[in-house]
Amino acid sequence: MMRLRALVMATLAVPALAGEIPLAERRSDTLTMSSELRAMQADDAANPASFSVLDGEALWRVRAGASGKSCADCHGDGAQSMRGVAARYPAFDSASGRVLDLEAKINQCRTERQGSAALPMESRDLLGLATYVGRQSRGLPIVSDDPRLAPAIDRGRALFTARQGQLNLSCAICHDDHWGRKLGAATVPQAHPTAYPLYRLEWQSVGSLQRRLRNCMVGMRAEPYPMGSDEFIAIETYLMSRGRGLAMETPGVRP
Amino acid sequence: MARALINVPKIAKVGEIIEIKTLVSHPMETGYRVGLGGEILPRDIIQTFVCTFNGAQIYRADFSPAVAANPYLTFHTMLSESGAFEFRWEGDNDFLLVETASITVE
Ligand code: HEC
Ligand code: HEC
Repeated sequence: MMRLRALVMATLAVPALAGEIPLAERRSDTLTMSSELRAMQADDAANPASFSVLDGEALWRVRAGASGKSCADCHGDGAQSMRGVAARYPAFDSASGRVLDLEAKINQCRTERQGSAALPMESRDLLGLATYVGRQSRGLPIVSDDPRLAPAIDRGRALFTARQGQLNLSCAICHDDHWGRKLGAATVPQAHPTAYPLYRLEWQSVGSLQRRLRNCMVGMRAEPYPMGSDEFIAIETYLMSRGRGLAMETPGVRP
Repeated sequence: MARALINVPKIAKVGEIIEIKTLVSHPMETGYRVGLGGEILPRDIIQTFVCTFNGAQIYRADFSPAVAANPYLTFHTMLSESGAFEFRWEGDNDFLLVETASITVE
């Protein structure tokens, strides 16, 4: 908390805010990590999130629910059918008229198509499936061009720039105005969603983008939105639009 | 389910220094952490890792609660014959995971 207070002081001293990061300056926060962590992320045999990909790959073939079908029975080989999918989520779902992130879409498929139970947020199985599906977009650019996403993007941007919490900070104060600077030992990242779900050393486990957002909100001493809420999905949708064109890196590694 | 990822070359020359990399999925619960209900989470760690080649021990490590989750080890060796590695992780709660890999040395 001392770290945050120091940053608040520094923030108050800055008169004009920088605004959104110019597109040409946007880059993955993988690049600011130590070379050891980058090597760990790049090597599947050293990246602990590989276990999550393997969990998901195994689950992909397990028949479950009233349909008696596995994901593979409907979608075939995930390496082909899921290629590029994660790079364009959250996506607009015409059936429900809602924007769904990848985890919500997977749970929709489970409940409505497979006839099985929704998997709890941050459960090993849901993270496994999301990491496995995400892995199939590695290296592909984020696509955010569906006009039906505009309301969610606008709402996400408003949440991102609004001051909130006991420290009266906004996401943008750190991630637009102070990226690249130090917050204690951490380098403030630009906050791109390219590598999620990812393995965070601090967590000692794999976690979703929403878990990361929750962490930042707790750090701001704001009340985190509920997991799976429209607010979190709106922020995720905004972050994908803000990071459009950047290459997907799932599964990433972070300090 | 416990899993391990093992990276050894398939082929090596006699006397060549080769690198072996192992990553094992394990929570490495220290025994010092407190759970949501205030209770101490019981210790659950891997205690030993042993790598043998054709039955002879070539590398061994004793782990402690300070080792992070999903322990990753790299080590090196030199071989004079083809054969099989065995990798064995043993720990609390009867944890046992055994993997093998073979290599051709020419
Ligand atoms: C009974 C057939 C069926 C099963 C079983 C099924 N799905 Fe689907 N899934 C579909 C259909 C049809 C669509 C496309 C229509 C839609 O978006 O709802 C789809 C869409 C998806 C999408 C979005 C693809 C895109 O291009 O936007 C994902 C991700 C997905 N499924 C994941 C899964 C996972 C993971 C499982 C296993 C837990 C699974 N599905 C099981 C039929 C199925
Ligand atoms: C006080 C500064 C601060 C504020 C305010 C803040 N964050 Fe962060 N955020 C950080 C830091 C520092 C990290 C990196 C932590 C680390 O790696 O140890 C981070 C990480 C992230 C990441 C992960 C980026 C990656 O490459 O993995 C995302 C996404 C993110 N923040 C989004 C947000 C959102 C959305 C908000 C507002 C709800 C927010 N942050 C508010 C400081 C902040």
